[in-house]
Amino acid sequence: MSTEQCSRLDRRFEHLKREGRAAFVTFVTAGDPDMETSLELVRALPKAGADIIELGMPFTDPMADGPAIQRSSLRALANGMTLKRTLDLVRQFREDDPDTPVILMGYYNPIYQYGVSEFIRDGLSAGVDGTIVVDLPPEADHEMCVPALEAGLHFIRLATPTTDDVRLPTVLKNTSGFVYYVSITGITGTASVNAAQVDAAVTRIKRHTDLPVAVGFGIKTPKDVANIASIADGVVVGSAIVNRIQDNLDPDGKPLADLVKNVTEFVHELAQGVQTPK
Amino acid sequence: MPEPNSYRTGPDEDGNFGLYGGRFVAETLMPLILELETAYRQSKKDNAFQEELDYYLKHYVGRPSPLYFAERLTAHLGGAKIYFKRDELNHTGAHKINNCIGQILLAKKMNKTRIIAETGAGQHGVATATVAARFGLPCVVYMGATDIERQKPNVFRMTLLSAEIVPVTSGTGTLKDAMNEALRDWVANVEDTFYIIGTVAGPHPYPALVRDFQSVIGHETKAQILEAEGRLPDELVACIGGGSNAMGLFYPFLDDKDVHIIGVEAGGKGLDTAEHAASLTGGTPGVLHGNRTYLLQDDDGQIIDAHSISAGLDYPGIGPEHAWLKDMKRVEYVSATDSEALDAFQLCTRLEGIIPALEPSHALAEVIKRAPKMSADKIIVMNLCGRGDKDIFTVAEALGQTI
Repeated sequence: MSTEQCSRLDRRFEHLKREGRAAFVTFVTAGDPDMETSLELVRALPKAGADIIELGMPFTDPMADGPAIQRSSLRALANGMTLKRTLDLVRQFREDDPDTPVILMGYYNPIYQYGVSEFIRDGLSAGVDGTIVVDLPPEADHEMCVPALEAGLHFIRLATPTTDDVRLPTVLKNTSGFVYYVSITGITGTASVNAAQVDAAVTRIKRHTDLPVAVGFGIKTPKDVANIASIADGVVVGSAIVNRIQDNLDPDGKPLADLVKNVTEFVHELAQGVQTPK
Repeated sequence: MPEPNSYRTGPDEDGNFGLYGGRFVAETLMPLILELETAYRQSKKDNAFQEELDYYLKHYVGRPSPLYFAERLTAHLGGAKIYFKRDELNHTGAHKINNCIGQILLAKKMNKTRIIAETGAGQHGVATATVAARFGLPCVVYMGATDIERQKPNVFRMTLLSAEIVPVTSGTGTLKDAMNEALRDWVANVEDTFYIIGTVAGPHPYPALVRDFQSVIGHETKAQILEAEGRLPDELVACIGGGSNAMGLFYPFLDDKDVHIIGVEAGGKGLDTAEHAASLTGGTPGVLHGNRTYLLQDDDGQIIDAHSISAGLDYPGIGPEHAWLKDMKRVEYVSATDSEALDAFQLCTRLEGIIPALEPSHALAEVIKRAPKMSADKIIVMNLCGRGDKDIFTVAEALGQTI
């Protein structure tokens, strides 16, 4: 792949490798709690320490996510978020930030309704670098993965503890950008990560691929981040950040005045975990 | 699309019925559904498995269920002869148990030690809790918090059967959310848990597997109508939520071209309102719960809540094989409203002394529309897939009575 987008993600990982540290990947749901606050928050994330921004595309039925992320999706949808507006958010973010990679994470149905080729085209033009579509396993690569790769949009795949050595090559075959290792068998925001198990899994995956391996699910504290940063190329925190957003809403779900400040302070604390060189 | 030689060859090896079906699940579940598919394929060739299944269907479920000539209803409507396939006489009072027996035998074969299920009205939950009790396995049933409130008798039955009921408040707290929660449980408990899905939906192989376990309905019907009338029926009618009782009745007849087949969806307060559950006649293709099928959704691909007086039809999707049969025009899909179903419920109770569930009351509403226009030598078979005891509170409320 040769497009600017793809090299943006590759460049970021190469740069971090030279610095000798892991990437800090922050997840928030696009449009949570509303478009305006969300844009302000996403714009503030790189300065707070996010190396890569993962944005959730809201969906009513996020089967692989826990209550925190499901509620964030429903908050965004209640305030009028759509896939089209998620792309608008990325476009506006890109006006000020040409460097921070943006990954869209979500479920297939909203993309399917938008139109796969239209989504790939509009995503690239908005400045999206890659996508994670939870319910598109390798068996469904013809749906979106292959056209995305052909167009120059990274298709980042999840590998899980149930992905054994026999299946791993199938999962990695069309993966690009990085491999997202799901550290637990479970949904987002529930069980806590076990560093020893993750270490073994990352080693196993690296035997099959040269791509960077980022780890997510169950990473909640600066200490968790530091632990995983010492064994993986990237650390993803989602539910813990999304919970901070929820903590900064009034009883009617409106953002409190300090929401962006409080959430970015938390992100900054978490980001300290990747500052120590490996 | 050209007419296929057979309508009974699906799904293909990736679980597709034409455009529909497939395996749209998170990677964590992928190895599990592949393992289930292997076990299921083996079971189809395994005589001992099939004999065990037949044994339980006969001695525990009470099969075959009768095919009953509804004489007074026929006379009242003054047209085609109407037969009921009496699956409401099964143990636990509905067709759901045909599938649950099959799946729990598979669970046993796969050495799974824990059962989970989703339920809407509670019929599938009760059937699952029943077989779990019979085979001594712990069982967790996910049920929308709103459904728990309106289906108290079934909740109590499941508790007596020692199932654990988990109220689902996430999302909108209905059947679709119960299915989300069951999938989340499965993702977190992949080693020991078997997920008994209650309808012909979900990722491959569930739509095919549930259809095959429910096909006993159609196979029996075929033999019984040949014995009673010496020929196949002119029409088959069944209600559709996810579509398992209908698929079970229809499947053995799909290649009998002279049999007209009709599926009846829940029209709720009418297809011109926002409150219905008719995914085929009022929805569009999309991807949810592991399969591509017709869904109730908005332009942005967000799922819209279904509505029906019958909690068992209250689902915004539909089995993928039905979606394919609709596009192929092999099956005609129509809908009946809440009030048409209520009228049919009362008519059947009065004339035949059978209290039908609100689900097959939708099928009956369609029979009531069709039979009078047909001549007396025509035959309709309707799947009376559940009994109405569970619905008496809902019906009383709809009729403005207190019990």
